[in-house]
Amino acid sequence: MSRIKVELHENQVIALKDICKSFENNPHELINVLHKTQEMFGYLPAEIQEIIAIEMNVSVAKVYGVVTFYSFFTMVPRGEHPISICMGTACYVRGADNVLDEFKKELKVEVGETTSDGKFSLNCLRCVGACGLAPVVLVGDKTYGRVSPEGVKEILAEYLS
Amino acid sequence: MELINLTIDNKAVKVENGTTILKAASKVGIKIPTLCYLGLDDLGVENKPGGCRICVVEVEGRRNLAPACATNCAEGMIVKSNSMRVLNARKTVLELILSDHPSDCLVCAKNGNCDLQSMAQDMGVREIHYQGEQSHYKEDFSPSIIREMDKCIMCRRCETMCNDFQTVGALSGVHRGFQAVVAPAFEQDLVKSPCTFCGQCVAVCPTGALTEVDHTNQVIRALANPRKKVIVQTAPAVRAALGESFGEEPGTLVTGKMVTALRQLGFDYVFDTDFAADLTIMEEGTELLDRLTRHLNGEENVALPILTSCCPAWVNFFEHYFPEMRDIPSTARSPQQMFGSIAKTYFADMIETKREDLVVVSIMPCLAKKYECQRDEFSVDGNPDVDYSISTRELAALIKQANIDFDSLEDSDFDQPMGESSGAGVIFGTTGGVIEAASRTAYELFTKKKHERISFEELRGFDGIRQATLDFDGLPIKIGIAHGLGNARKLLESIQDGSCEFHAIEIMACPGGCIGGGGQPLHHGKSSILLARQKAIYAEDSAKPIRKSHENKYIQELYDKFLGKPMSEKAHHLLHTHYFDRSGSDIVIKKD
Amino acid sequence: MQLRVALRNCGFIDPESIDDAIARDAYAALAKVLVELKPAEAIEILKESGLRGRGGGGFPTGLKWEIASKNEADQKYVVCNADEGDPGAFMDRSILEGDPHTVLEAMAINGYCIGASKGLIYIRAEYPLAIERLKIAIRQAREYGLLGKDIFGSGFDFDIELRYGAGAFVCGEETALIHSMEGERGEPTFKPPFPAESGFLGKPTNVNNVESYANIPVIYLKGADWFHSIGTGKSKGTKVFALAGKINNVGLIEVPMGTTLREVIFEIGGGIIDGKKFKAVQTGGPSGGCLTEKHLDIPIDYDNLIESGSMMGSGGMIVMDEDDCMVSMAKFYLDFTVEESCGKCSPCRIGNKRLYEMLDTITKGKGSLEDLDRLRNLCEVVKDTSLCGLGQTSPNPILSTMDNFHEEYIAHLSDKRCPSGQCKDLMNYVIDPENCVGCTACGRVCPVGAITGEKKEIHSIDTAICIKCGACEEKCKFNAISVK
Repeated sequence: MSRIKVELHENQVIALKDICKSFENNPHELINVLHKTQEMFGYLPAEIQEIIAIEMNVSVAKVYGVVTFYSFFTMVPRGEHPISICMGTACYVRGADNVLDEFKKELKVEVGETTSDGKFSLNCLRCVGACGLAPVVLVGDKTYGRVSPEGVKEILAEYLS
Repeated sequence: MELINLTIDNKAVKVENGTTILKAASKVGIKIPTLCYLGLDDLGVENKPGGCRICVVEVEGRRNLAPACATNCAEGMIVKSNSMRVLNARKTVLELILSDHPSDCLVCAKNGNCDLQSMAQDMGVREIHYQGEQSHYKEDFSPSIIREMDKCIMCRRCETMCNDFQTVGALSGVHRGFQAVVAPAFEQDLVKSPCTFCGQCVAVCPTGALTEVDHTNQVIRALANPRKKVIVQTAPAVRAALGESFGEEPGTLVTGKMVTALRQLGFDYVFDTDFAADLTIMEEGTELLDRLTRHLNGEENVALPILTSCCPAWVNFFEHYFPEMRDIPSTARSPQQMFGSIAKTYFADMIETKREDLVVVSIMPCLAKKYECQRDEFSVDGNPDVDYSISTRELAALIKQANIDFDSLEDSDFDQPMGESSGAGVIFGTTGGVIEAASRTAYELFTKKKHERISFEELRGFDGIRQATLDFDGLPIKIGIAHGLGNARKLLESIQDGSCEFHAIEIMACPGGCIGGGGQPLHHGKSSILLARQKAIYAEDSAKPIRKSHENKYIQELYDKFLGKPMSEKAHHLLHTHYFDRSGSDIVIKKD
Repeated sequence: MQLRVALRNCGFIDPESIDDAIARDAYAALAKVLVELKPAEAIEILKESGLRGRGGGGFPTGLKWEIASKNEADQKYVVCNADEGDPGAFMDRSILEGDPHTVLEAMAINGYCIGASKGLIYIRAEYPLAIERLKIAIRQAREYGLLGKDIFGSGFDFDIELRYGAGAFVCGEETALIHSMEGERGEPTFKPPFPAESGFLGKPTNVNNVESYANIPVIYLKGADWFHSIGTGKSKGTKVFALAGKINNVGLIEVPMGTTLREVIFEIGGGIIDGKKFKAVQTGGPSGGCLTEKHLDIPIDYDNLIESGSMMGSGGMIVMDEDDCMVSMAKFYLDFTVEESCGKCSPCRIGNKRLYEMLDTITKGKGSLEDLDRLRNLCEVVKDTSLCGLGQTSPNPILSTMDNFHEEYIAHLSDKRCPSGQCKDLMNYVIDPENCVGCTACGRVCPVGAITGEKKEIHSIDTAICIKCGACEEKCKFNAISVK
C-alpha cells in the first residue's frame, strides 16, 4: 500500500507512550492500546504503529497484522461525519443495499473512502443491534432508522449547512 | 510413558501418548501428505497451524475430518487416511489452493522443486473445478530475496522461521480472509523491514512465493567477457550439499567434482573461501587473544565476550536490534569479504591485472551474502570486492545449463595460492566450527604449545545454545555457541543483563550454521539432511593434511609478502570493518 | 406464551442502579452459592438444570464448568463472550444494557465453581452503551463488596475486567476470542487443547456467552428442577430470539424451548408485513439455515433445528416473505462469511470465496445445472475440513436453501429467472403495448438509447442494451413500463 508520511508532534508521541504505559507496555494489551490510540488520534497511521511496536516490544509487522485483522481499526482518517450503513441481515432484507448505493452515488465515494473535502466517510457495519429500526444508518453517534434511498439526501443535508 | 493403541488404515499402531496421527502413521509406512506442516525435529522447530487441511483424515466417531498433523492419537482410535471421503476432501482442498495460485509453473523459479506442484501431481489433479478470483500482490525485490506473494498459500512456515526461530519479526500474517497474506509491516518491501536476509523463509517456502534473487545471468555474462578475469571462491558448506542437487545422498562431499565443474564453466581461477576462513582465524584469533590478554591484565574498557562476525545475517541482526552492543563483535570481515579484498589487491598484483578487470564470484550457502557483498564499505571507488554472490542452488543451475554431467566429473584441486586451506577453514561451515577453528590457533598462540588433540569435540553438536570450557594451559576459556538468531538473542540478552560469563561466543544465523543456509538445496523439512551435511564437513576436516589455520603456508606467505602481521595497519584496512546502527526508524517528530 | 428468564430484569430495573438490581434478587444466588455450597455441589446443580450454551454450540454448561474445575492451575480465568456478531442478533446487547449485574453475578459464581479469581468480559467495541453500563455495574459491585476480596466473607476473591473486540466475527469462536484477548490476530487454533485445559495466557479458562450467564443466577435461586421443567427433552429453559425481517412485531422475545416457529412468527410476531405470504425463516445466522412452511410446527430446540438443516446459533431469526430470493439470501450470508473468514485455513479462506462466486454467477443468470453438484460438493468439503466453527457451518445457508428451495435454484439456472424478482440481472424492463401511447418520454430519458419507437407508436426496449436503471419506468405517466 502507498504510505502517506505523517509527521507526529512531540506531545502526541508522549501521549502515545503514556497510553502504552497505562497498559504496562504488556504485549497482551496490544488491542486495548490500539483502541485507546484510535480514540485519541482518530486513526492508526504507520508512524503511530511503529511507536506502539517499540513501546510494546513487539514487531511492527505484528502490530500491522493485528490492525489489519480487525475491521474496527483504520489506517485512513475518517471523515468529519463518518457514515455507517448497517448491513446486518435484518437491514439487508429491508433494502440496506439500495440505501448504500444511494450514499455512494450522492457522495461519489466507495465503501471505506472519505470524500475529498474530508466531510464524510462511508462504511458498512455488521448489525448494530437495532434490527427493529431496519434499515439503519449511523452518522457519527446519531442513529437513523427505517432509512429509504429517497431519505438519503435529507440526511446528508443535515450536515452540509 | 503411557502407550496407546489405535489402527490407521487397518494397521495396528502402538504409540506414546501425545503422538500425532501424522507421526503414528509414518511408523507403519503410511505417508499422509502435508503442506503447511513443517517439523524440523532436530532443531525443535515446528510449524503446525493446521491451516492447509491437506492432511485431513477420517476418525471414526468424529463429525468432521481431522488434521493428522495436529490431532493426537487416542486409545482405540480408528483412522482412515485414504477413504473416498478423505480423498475427495483432500483433492477438493488442493484444487481450492491451486485456484488461487498462478499456473505459470513452467517458468517458475521453483519448477520441479515445489511442494505444491508435486502434491498436485501426486494427487492426480488434472482439472481445477473451482476457478475464481486470484490474489495479486506487488512483487518485492530485495538484494537477496524476492517475494512473489501471488504464490503464497498461507502455510505460515516463513512466519514461524522469521518470528519464532529467528526472532527477527520482519513478517506477519496481515489482513484476513481471502485477502490474508504474509507480509512485512505496511506491506512495504522487505528491504525496509528488519529482515536480515538470512533466507530461512526461502529455505522453508513450499512454493515459489519466496525465492532468492538470481545472479546467474550476471555470472554467465562475466564469464563470456574476454576482458575480464573471473575468480570464483566456494564456501565450505557448499561442497557438503551441492551433490544433493544432482541426486547424491545428503552428506556426500563433492569438493573435487565441484572444482572441476567450476573450471569447465570457465572460471579463470577456482579458489576456496576456506583459504579466507584461515585468514579470518588469523585476524579474529589474534583479536580474541589481544582482548583476552588485556582483559586478564585488568584493562576495564576491554569488551568481552568477543563475538564472531562471519555471518552476515547475524551482523544485520545486531545492527538492527542491538546497535548499542556493536563494539563487541570482532571487527574481522567475513571470509567472503576477506577473500574479495585480498583477491582484488594481493592476487591482482600477483597476476598483474587491474582491479576493474577482475570479477570475483562467490558460491555461498547463504542469501545474506548477496546483501553483504553489496554493502558500500566493501567496495573501492564503486568497485565491489566481491562482484556477485550466488547460492549453492544457483551454482547447480549454472552447471546444468552448461550441459555438464556432474556425476561423471573427475575430481580436481583448487588453484593456488588462494585455494589452499586447513581443516579449520572447512569447519567454518557448521555451527561450532568457527570457534573451534579459532581455538585451534588461539590455543597454540596463547600457550605456545602444540595442541595434540587438534580438535575440540566439546564445541561440536546441534543444540541451539551450547557451552564449553577449554583449558588453555590452566586458564579456563569459556565459550558460548548459538545457531539461530533466536538463540543468539538469548545470549545477547545475557550479555546485556550481565549474566554472561563467556569469553568468546560464536553465532551463526541459520540452523546448523551455514550447512543449513538459505541458499542450500532445499531440505523439504528433513532436518536429518543438515546433520548429514555437518558430518561431511567434519569428515573433510579430518582428511586434511593441515588442520590449523596458522599452519597454512599460503596464509603465512600472504602475511610475509603483503600484510605483515595479523591486525597490522594494512590488515586493518583490508580485512576489518565497522558496524552501523540500523535500528532507527524514519519517523519525523516535530518539536513543539 | 413468552417466558422471561434471561431477560427477567430487562426493562424492570434501572440498569445503572445496583440497588434496583438487588431489589430483584441480584447477587442473592451468589450469596447462596458462596455460603451454602461447595464448588462441586454448585456445578452439580447446574448440570442437573440441563442448561446448554446459548452462544450457538449448545454444549452443556455444567459439564464445561466441571472440566475447567478439574484442571489444576495457579490461575484460572472466567470469560464472558459478549462479542455478539451474528448479523440480526442483539440479545446479548440487550441483556448487558438492561441487566448487567446478572452477568457479573453469574461470572462470579462461575469463578467460585472452577477456582478462578479473575473474570474478563470480551465485548464488542461497537456497543458503547453496554460498555458504559458494565463499567458502572462493576464499579458499584466493587463498592458493595460483591466483587473484590473475600466476597460475603467466604474467602473467595473475584474481580472482572473488560476487554474489547475490534470487529471480527470469528472472535466469537472461543480460541480466536482468547487469542484476541492476548493481543493477537483473532485466528482460531485447533482444539484440543480446549480452553478449559489451556486458554487465556495458557491457563484453564471457561468461556460462556452472555445469555448463558443470564440464566445462571435464577437457576440457583429457583432450583435445577424448576429450570429442568421448562423446555424439551434435551433443551431446557428458554431461548431469546431477535425477531426481525418481514414481520409485524420485530424485537426480542424469550420463549420456552419447544415453542413452535408458527407460534413465534404468527402469534408473537403478528405475522408477515402487508399480509404477504410467509416464505422462510432464517435461524442461526451465517451458520444456520432457512426453514420453510413445512418446519413451522416443529418445536424449536437445539436438536430439532439441526435435524431440519439449521441451528440455534445465538438466536437471530429473520423472517422472509414471497419477495425474498433464497439464492440471494444464501449469497448474502456467504458474502458475510467471506468478509469475516480469518483466512487461516484454506477451505474457509478460498472455499467460501468460491462458494460466493458460484452463487453470484447463479444470481446473474450465468450458471448451469452442473453447478449444483459442484456447489454441493464444495459445501460439504468446506464443512468437513474447515478448522473452526465458522467454516464448518458457513455452507449451511446454501445447503438448506438448496434442500428447501431447490426449484428456485433451478429457475435461476435453467430458466435464467428469479421467481421473487430480486435478482436485478435477471429482470427485464418491458413496455406494455396496451398502455403505451407513444409519448416518447421514455426514449428521451433512457441514458443508453435502448428504447426505440416513433411518436404515437408503441415503443420497445432492447434488453441487450438496457442497463436496468429504471429511469423509463419512473418517467412513464401511463404505467406502461414494468419489470418482468
